Amino acid sequence: MSTGNGSGRGAAGNGHGARLRLKLRIWRQAGPDEPGGFLDVDAHDIPEDCSFLEMLDIVNERLIDDDIEPITFAHDCREGICGTCGVMINGRPHGPESATATCQLHMRKFRDGDEIVIEPFRAASFPVVKDLMVDRRAFDRIIESGGYISAPTGTAPDANEIPVPKDVADFAMDAAACIGCGACVAACPNSAAQLFTAAKLGHLNVLPQGQPERWRRAEAMVETMESFFGSCTNHGECTEACPKEISLDFIAVLNRDYLKAKVKNRRLASQT
Amino acid sequence: MTVLDARVPEGPIADKWDNHKFSVKLVNPANKRRFKILVVGTGLAGASAAASLAELGYKVEAFTFHDSPRRAHSIAAQGGINAAKNYRNDGDSVYRLFYDTVKGGDYRSREANVYRLSQVSLNIIDQCAAQGVPFAREYGGLLANRSFGGAQVSRTFYARGQTGQQLLLGAYQAMASQIAAGGVTLHNRADVLDIVVKDGEAVGIVTRDLLTGEVRAHSGHAVVLATGGYGNVYYLSTNAMNCNVTAAWRAHRRGATFANPCYTQIHPTCIPASDEFQSKLTLMSESLRNDGRIWVPRNMDDARAAADIGDADRYYFLEEKYPAFGNLVPRDVASRNAKTVVDQGLGVGPLRNGVYLDFADVIARDGEQVVREKYGNLFDMYERITGENPYRSPMRIYPATHYTMGGLWVDYNLMTNVPGLYALGECNFSDHGANRLGASALMQGLADGYFVLPYTIGDYLAPKLAEAPVPTDDPAFAAAVAEVDDRTRGWLAKRGTRSVDHYHRELGKIVWEYCGMARNRTGLEKALSEIPALREEFRANVKVLGSADSTNQSLEQVNRVDDFMEMAELKVRDALHREESCGGHFREEHQTPEGEALRDDENFAYVAAWDWQGPDRPQELVKEPLTFENVKPTQRSYK
Repeated sequence: MSTGNGSGRGAAGNGHGARLRLKLRIWRQAGPDEPGGFLDVDAHDIPEDCSFLEMLDIVNERLIDDDIEPITFAHDCREGICGTCGVMINGRPHGPESATATCQLHMRKFRDGDEIVIEPFRAASFPVVKDLMVDRRAFDRIIESGGYISAPTGTAPDANEIPVPKDVADFAMDAAACIGCGACVAACPNSAAQLFTAAKLGHLNVLPQGQPERWRRAEAMVETMESFFGSCTNHGECTEACPKEISLDFIAVLNRDYLKAKVKNRRLASQT
Repeated sequence: MTVLDARVPEGPIADKWDNHKFSVKLVNPANKRRFKILVVGTGLAGASAAASLAELGYKVEAFTFHDSPRRAHSIAAQGGINAAKNYRNDGDSVYRLFYDTVKGGDYRSREANVYRLSQVSLNIIDQCAAQGVPFAREYGGLLANRSFGGAQVSRTFYARGQTGQQLLLGAYQAMASQIAAGGVTLHNRADVLDIVVKDGEAVGIVTRDLLTGEVRAHSGHAVVLATGGYGNVYYLSTNAMNCNVTAAWRAHRRGATFANPCYTQIHPTCIPASDEFQSKLTLMSESLRNDGRIWVPRNMDDARAAADIGDADRYYFLEEKYPAFGNLVPRDVASRNAKTVVDQGLGVGPLRNGVYLDFADVIARDGEQVVREKYGNLFDMYERITGENPYRSPMRIYPATHYTMGGLWVDYNLMTNVPGLYALGECNFSDHGANRLGASALMQGLADGYFVLPYTIGDYLAPKLAEAPVPTDDPAFAAAVAEVDDRTRGWLAKRGTRSVDHYHRELGKIVWEYCGMARNRTGLEKALSEIPALREEFRANVKVLGSADSTNQSLEQVNRVDDFMEMAELKVRDALHREESCGGHFREEHQTPEGEALRDDENFAYVAAWDWQGPDRPQELVKEPLTFENVKPTQRSYK
């Protein structure tokens, strides 16, 4: 795969240019309420240097040539940050490489002759839109329920008025790195969204700026999450599938804050 | 003939914005709810504007073609955001940031706008910190800074290598709280395909639902476009795949002048394309040039691996040509020189389309561990994409389109020449002149959305207090809806032979070849004959399968490529007319004996705004003269 001592100027100096022949089984579904099924594609001459989505581009170009409607799949930035892409590859969200979104997975991770099964993320709260594209709007409902710090434009004090210890800022950033792709939900046997919610909640709840709304936020986000998604039973599949390696620790933060919130919010309510 | 009035306030540069804020008309708090504002795009500029306007009490409708506002391409910005906080005590000031930005823009921006940008940069950092953006911190808990290209002070705030992501999440969350509060109504997967203008004023938009294909009219008192840049006219760029010029271009066709389309920023350190299948280019942070040495083999037939080539046979072209700045020359200079050596046949890699960025010396000097701590994530990303280990062999890099400085012309209020139509962020032309400095795009997007538009939009709305929005059954809306529907369905009837992507790639090749890093009259004239021919073939022969009444990604894309086909021609004409070199626009005919960009301030110190004359006639040039009362234009030199 990688070279020992430099790529050299000429072509194919280090295996560049190798081509794969793959047996693809791709999920096709015309719409949310239509039945779906697999399309078998004999994908020959796939450059090993292309990304997984570029492989699908090539397949689509060939389908168009054959007057077959191309496969619908969600994608945008293709550099692993927007969270738009994501499919099940041989049963794993985003495929075999750890810490890698589908768009960053490259075909050199596969071998000539491999069979690759490509399906949409599967979860009741992520209905299939078409083919490999799903609807993840339930995530936005969780954010709208409390995943923010209320700071209307113009009200902020000088930025250095609120010191944040470096380890707290780093911990918040570890959580905030979540790209909202939904792989955690797709990986979970219960289709739970704990890791996503915990990442968003953890980012805000550990920061000093997030304290005034902390308990309200925890209660609102968790309950909104539960209205859409399944329950967490600590399988840990989510963090394995996460392209940003969000830690299970944040689920512990979520559980702690939710429990405390149930007590604190009730006590506050009784005082009024 | 359209006349452009920039409406720059009177007074000394430092007082203009304050004076202006006092002189613009206000809408009283109780009346704001009577105004409906349509915000198109939910990146930094759009989301921050939607949130801020709703907080003020306006009724906002926000539109994005994404499934979630959080996916806008602002999210991919890595490096940071500038602000003149002077937290480092190193001599920064509002005036210095203003000065650096005007100079960095090669004296082709509007001084008053840039000064205001620099002023509100202070508020942006406060705002974002209060929202919980996890900026990098020092051990004392205060904010950290780094330095960035084109500046001698450390004024860049950052959140690891994901600053754009964190700022966008902040703006998105602010908007989400307003969605929950009822101030913002969000329309996702809504592709804006036309702007509706009635009696000369913008009164609404036409959208197509990307899931159902439904074409719908939306009406409002004002329309705000925050739809990003036009970098995907090159097909290959660092932009996201779905970035497009359509909303801005449709506004242009409805009368909004398009300014300086030839200004494009090429980023020097991207991973080169590896084959025809390549769909986009990935940027590697510019910081790598601090420690990497850029070279190519001197001999074009040298087939040895990089490590086997001795120093005598290596051509360190930047170090040789620019001994003082070496590998740290500005983006445009580094990019052009890489192109020169590749054009000479000295390029490296399977397609011989890159140059080496070599870390062997720094690894030998400081050890692999030090390099890993500094650049580990970038090296990992490089290996993931190329399959090559940059600790063992040099990276291969090549320049790629990254940002577009041109865009819809706007006045000091960020209003286009169509009353009621505003343009924010990368979508407008106003603040970066002919070249943008690093860490300034995020600053401008948020400045426009959080701190400029909320003040200036009242000036337009206040006199309209008694007016209801134009109803969507008005003939102006009905006509626009019918036009969008016909245009969209028309593609399905072509039954041609080549895919949309095929034509987009072909267009990109022409624009990159003749209107990329370096341009000349012969090439531009060639492009001017090739683009219309390609467009004609595309319109006759493109093949779009499927239906207009459900999700159809080819159909989404074909409208966008169609608009790029027209936009590309204007871009080339603008490049042809500007007989000078400045910033991101390098005309080979106009260079100093040392090969640097040679401006012509006497004849070209103006904004070139192009006025649509109908589909069969070329746009007319309208000039906004630029005057520099504070920063004296000088010639750049990096020798």
